[in-house]
Amino acid sequence: MLTTFGSFVLFLRGMVTRTERLSVLWNRTIDEAILIGVDSIVIVSIVSAFIGAVTCVQIAYNLTNPLIPQSTIGYMVREMTILELAPTITSIVLAGKVGSSIAGGLGTMRITEQISALEVMGINSTSYLVLPRILAALLMFPMLVILAMLLSILGGYLAGTLTGVMTAQDYIEGIRTDFIPYNIVFALIKAVVFAFLVSGISAFKGYFTTGGALEVGAASTGAVTNSIIAILIADFALAALLL
Amino acid sequence: MIEVSNIEKSFNGTQVLKGISCVFETGKCNLLLGGSGTGKSVLLQCIVGLMKPDMGSITFDGTVYTNSKIDIRQEIRRKIGMLFQGSALFDSMTVAQNVEFPLQMLTPEMSVEERRERVEFCLKRVGLENAGKKMPAEISGGMKKRVGIARAIAPQCTYLFCDEPNSGLDPLTSIKIDELIHEITHEYGITTVIVTHDMNSVIEIGEHIIFLHQGKKLWDGTKDEILNAEVPELKDFIFSSSLVRAAKRIDEETEGGMAAFAEGSESGGGI
Ligand SMILES: Nc1ncnc2c1ncn2[C@@H]1O[C@H](COP(=O)(O)OP(=O)(O)OP(=O)(O)O)[C@@H](O)[C@H]1O
Ligand SMILES: [Mg+2]
Repeated sequence: MLTTFGSFVLFLRGMVTRTERLSVLWNRTIDEAILIGVDSIVIVSIVSAFIGAVTCVQIAYNLTNPLIPQSTIGYMVREMTILELAPTITSIVLAGKVGSSIAGGLGTMRITEQISALEVMGINSTSYLVLPRILAALLMFPMLVILAMLLSILGGYLAGTLTGVMTAQDYIEGIRTDFIPYNIVFALIKAVVFAFLVSGISAFKGYFTTGGALEVGAASTGAVTNSIIAILIADFALAALLL
Repeated sequence: MIEVSNIEKSFNGTQVLKGISCVFETGKCNLLLGGSGTGKSVLLQCIVGLMKPDMGSITFDGTVYTNSKIDIRQEIRRKIGMLFQGSALFDSMTVAQNVEFPLQMLTPEMSVEERRERVEFCLKRVGLENAGKKMPAEISGGMKKRVGIARAIAPQCTYLFCDEPNSGLDPLTSIKIDELIHEITHEYGITTVIVTHDMNSVIEIGEHIIFLHQGKKLWDGTKDEILNAEVPELKDFIFSSSLVRAAKRIDEETEGGMAAFAEGSESGGGI
């Protein structure tokens, strides 16, 4: 465990020493950002809209006390999604999608000797292959989380009004009550940390794959499970530290 | 000239290379011959620097490569071209992009036009001028090897390493690949190292052959000397090839099969 962590740190250090030219790094990062970001928009949208909708309906179901105003539902949907559900669930979804593709991609490059081919050319393979992926993730996760926040609040609105559990007015009043801008900052900090964990762990798993196609599959699975566990631990740690 | 002296390498306690010393001559096809699992690939990876030997040193034209500073290693690496056992083409890029890639990364001073010309030239050199737009998944194994060669020679390498360039290829294609490597070596005066266990290649292009057995160098010499070598392991190896066995049988029956065999190889491979 400790030696794994040590080699992970060395891996990250190797990535930022002797990097490739900035123009190369920039182009690679944009390519990866498109792969990570644009291709994940649909799944993130679907998941977050439904999470918002379900949250709204369930809170409404539990709030039967007539003394509590209906607008509380909107308030609670906002708090839950912005603080916890949007960053965490989005990152877990991305761990499945982005993490497995990073680990699978690098693992395949390793077992087919493409990484060795880069090394023989005198190219720092971690800085060429891994750094752009991590930078792209750091860039795209927060954007996707912002999208998820908006869509889950919208999902809650639609669910609340369409099922008739509350009026549009109540919902809007609710989501505008006691708004704390720091919560958004906190959520974005979470998104950045999760991005680093998912991309770093998946790249590490993929990069050091040995063996054949079977091991590439195992590396992908390992990347996803390890990323998700890391996300949940970091989620707790950040909440304890920063709230 | 590449000098390898006293290389040792172990994995988890089992010694794979047991002190190998040899010289790879400039402008020639140097063959590393040996059975499966004798450590040929490991030796090659130690030489190009993908693996660190436990002991010993490697010198490229007088510059020590092992344990030297990163800048010096980098300088040498940029002169190395390598053809991998499985070709190792970048599968997200087209054939032409694969060949262009080392130019793009290593010689940023080259203009786009110059790069394009060089790519065209290299693809033409390996006979693939029409395959530039294809993806690696769309071409055959032999074509992949040729693209691998084109990619290796694109930045005008001084040292060319080939790990089993003709494994998994039909005899005709594999002779073509051998000839291509041989021609390129002589055309540009490259120091070429070829890992193989194929006797056809030995007879075809073996100008300097190094025979490895269980992590040790047992013999080295030219293809003309190899048939008369007095090392039992090497004899076993050579005469396990049915082609050579057949030639030997003719030799015994007709007095001249083996000689014809050697002659045939000299006149450009009439097997
Ligand atoms: N990364 C590694 N870790 C552990 N053992 C290894 C590693 N690479 C090679 N070996 C061992 O070293 C020995 C030599 O392997 P090597 O790949 O050099 O054989 P080879 O001569 O190239 O054989 P072939 O002709 O089949 O390719 C084998 O017994 C192999 O198990
Ligand atoms: Mg091998």
